[in-house]
Amino acid sequence: MRDRRAYDDVALCAPITVPYQRLSTQSAHWWAGKAMRALADATGLGPSEFDGFCFASFSAAPDTAVGMVQHLGLSPRWLDHIPTGGASGVMALRRAARAVQCGDAEIVACVAADTNQLDSHRRLLTAFSRFSQDAVYPYGFGGPNATFALITDQYMRTYGVERADFGKLCVAQRSNARSNPLALLRDPLTLDQYLRARAISDPVHLFDCVMPCAGAEAFIVTTPEVARRLNLPHARIMATIERHNAYPEDATQLRGGWAVDADELWSMAGIGASDIDTLQVYDDYPVIVAMQIEDLGFCPKGRVAEFIRATSFEIGGDLPLNTNGGQLSAGQAGAAGGFQNVTEGLRQVLRMPLGAQVPAAEIALVSGFGLVAYDRGICSAAAILGACR
Amino acid sequence: MTAKPRREPRDPLARRQEKHVPPGARSRAMQAMSARAATGRFVLQTCVNCQTVTYPPRDVCPKCWNELVWADQVRGATVLSETTIRVTTDLYFRDHLPWRMGKVALDAGPVALAHLHQDLKPGDPAEMHLLLDKRGNAALFATPSGGAFDMSDPQWREFVVSVRDSTVLVSDGSSAVGRAIVSALRAAGAGSIIAGSPQPSRAPQSSDAFASIEGVRSVRLDLTDARSITECLTGIGGPLDIVVNTARFMRSGGITAGRLLDQKRALEIGVVGFMRLAQASAPLLRTRRASAFVDILSIHALAAEAGFAGYSAAEAARLSLVQSFRHEMRAEGVRVVSVFAGPIDDEDHQSVPLPKLAPARLAQGVIEAIEKGREQLCVGDAAQDAMDRWFDDPALYIREKNA
Repeated sequence: MRDRRAYDDVALCAPITVPYQRLSTQSAHWWAGKAMRALADATGLGPSEFDGFCFASFSAAPDTAVGMVQHLGLSPRWLDHIPTGGASGVMALRRAARAVQCGDAEIVACVAADTNQLDSHRRLLTAFSRFSQDAVYPYGFGGPNATFALITDQYMRTYGVERADFGKLCVAQRSNARSNPLALLRDPLTLDQYLRARAISDPVHLFDCVMPCAGAEAFIVTTPEVARRLNLPHARIMATIERHNAYPEDATQLRGGWAVDADELWSMAGIGASDIDTLQVYDDYPVIVAMQIEDLGFCPKGRVAEFIRATSFEIGGDLPLNTNGGQLSAGQAGAAGGFQNVTEGLRQVLRMPLGAQVPAAEIALVSGFGLVAYDRGICSAAAILGACR
Repeated sequence: MTAKPRREPRDPLARRQEKHVPPGARSRAMQAMSARAATGRFVLQTCVNCQTVTYPPRDVCPKCWNELVWADQVRGATVLSETTIRVTTDLYFRDHLPWRMGKVALDAGPVALAHLHQDLKPGDPAEMHLLLDKRGNAALFATPSGGAFDMSDPQWREFVVSVRDSTVLVSDGSSAVGRAIVSALRAAGAGSIIAGSPQPSRAPQSSDAFASIEGVRSVRLDLTDARSITECLTGIGGPLDIVVNTARFMRSGGITAGRLLDQKRALEIGVVGFMRLAQASAPLLRTRRASAFVDILSIHALAAEAGFAGYSAAEAARLSLVQSFRHEMRAEGVRVVSVFAGPIDDEDHQSVPLPKLAPARLAQGVIEAIEKGREQLCVGDAAQDAMDRWFDDPALYIREKNA
């Protein structure tokens, strides 16, 4: 197979997080507008200057990126709609990067925006996918909690992972969230509280679950020249991968698509896992965090329990993980949940964090995971971002 | 008679606990799976080209993109993982929490999510059942392998209707079929059986027949008379779990040679009478946690038997009505069952040549259909043969039946 071309002459900048709300009376369009306003404030750019637009949302129906362009008064020469939820952030930057690199667009706004009205979550769950309607909902309607409970159950038994191991990840992320003023869940969380929490869908307990909320995330993909001209700190893409429906023959998802492409990720970046200063992985459930730690190559497959026990994940620790608190503590704003690992990784290497700064952060690994159609997440993606100074 | 639990006096103003049904949206392919599950088949899609067995239902083979057909499959499986759902946004399942489900590796090939019997745990071999949920859609249910299992499993009981301790109305208990069904219900542990008797002339006979049987009460029930239906149902004086409609009027005769009076009576009992009974009993059935309306249908409902023109028309019309009734009752969580039979060895089929179905065998089928949660069952070779021919080539079947 032909080698993947490098992502030269592409700059990532202007990470935006529109402060989340547990519930919102506003629409996804409103949240997208807030993100655009924040991008304008950060860059001085107006509607006519964005010539590329990439959009992700679960709650903008009946609109897609198409309706959103007219709603926001944009007139881009490049447009993309990304329906991949938790993988949408990395996928947006990958697509926008190639568009910029090839000259199809020069300044791409990548935006994820979702509202969370009183009934949004239930309505989203009742029409998520055809396989879910046919073969998941009729079995107790436990939502993603039940789907990931089955994965967690088998993962724990297969690899000897204990609840306390997942608990360590959740507790570390909550500790990280304590410095992030925008995180929705900032109360201290102890391992004991984690272990004693009520069961939601065994073995998934309360603190294994994210809190759905409203919010928006955004960033800009452009050329280093434009970033310098606008005086924007920026990062480069050292390597990036994506994969969909990996290992369809696996009876249960005990590994994700990252495992297919991780070697290429590292070789393209020319570094190893020990060179990563901060890890921002998709964290809908801690089992998926553990899976990414293995499949991205931070430890051998099946050894994650040992690795978790030997590693500190706090800001300032061995491997600062989901430093804004991740979705588990900051909240899951729909598709924006798939963007927050990108914006947080970008902030850390650009030294403009929401909360505490990872000391001397130069390189971040950001990773996405999206969309359960039946019994597993289908989309996976990852990118290594390095600061340009 | 088994001791019935004492019924609390009912407060007419009390807010009744509402009954919900499971989520109902399904793809067309899943509807096709449910249609087969309704007849008791355990099917999955198989590729016509590469024989890959696939699940959940698709519209094309995921291995080679060729056509898929439904095929009967082996029922074995192994439990891979489990969870107990304690939180849901669905009203039906919320009424039944905690709910246990898991993932199973089917011996047929695919993996599937399934309802788990309480005695199963990961690693266990299981037997798979394709059951209809309260809304009539197919669902996979895993039970311990090896035949017998504890049928009191509360999740299992959501998919079937139990005859034990139930109150059952048999619309015509005086016919040979009706008497056999009453006996079978008794043997299956029904708590209370109300045996209708349409004609005063036959009533003494049936009353005598049931007088000595505990738990069986003969009442006058004439489906041509709305008042008699109301009186019968009011007289039950408590919940009604199951209705078995055995009432019919069968006389030989074609269009030109038959007696119009007989044809009219066949329609009056078999069609309009059914509607009266269905309308009157539905409000009682829909309040029950698990309830069923069973209709005994002649296989002549599929294609007319020219020598029984009026009777065939009545059966065909009732088949249509039952389809509508089933649709309405799915929203209420009431199972509507069609039990098909060929010629029966009874008073109505005296002139019909053998083979004929023994009424006791038909009665056994009724019990099976109820307790296995079917919507449709063919009892006996004649009914199954007719159904197979009908499925295979309806136009040919209509011709050859009267050739």
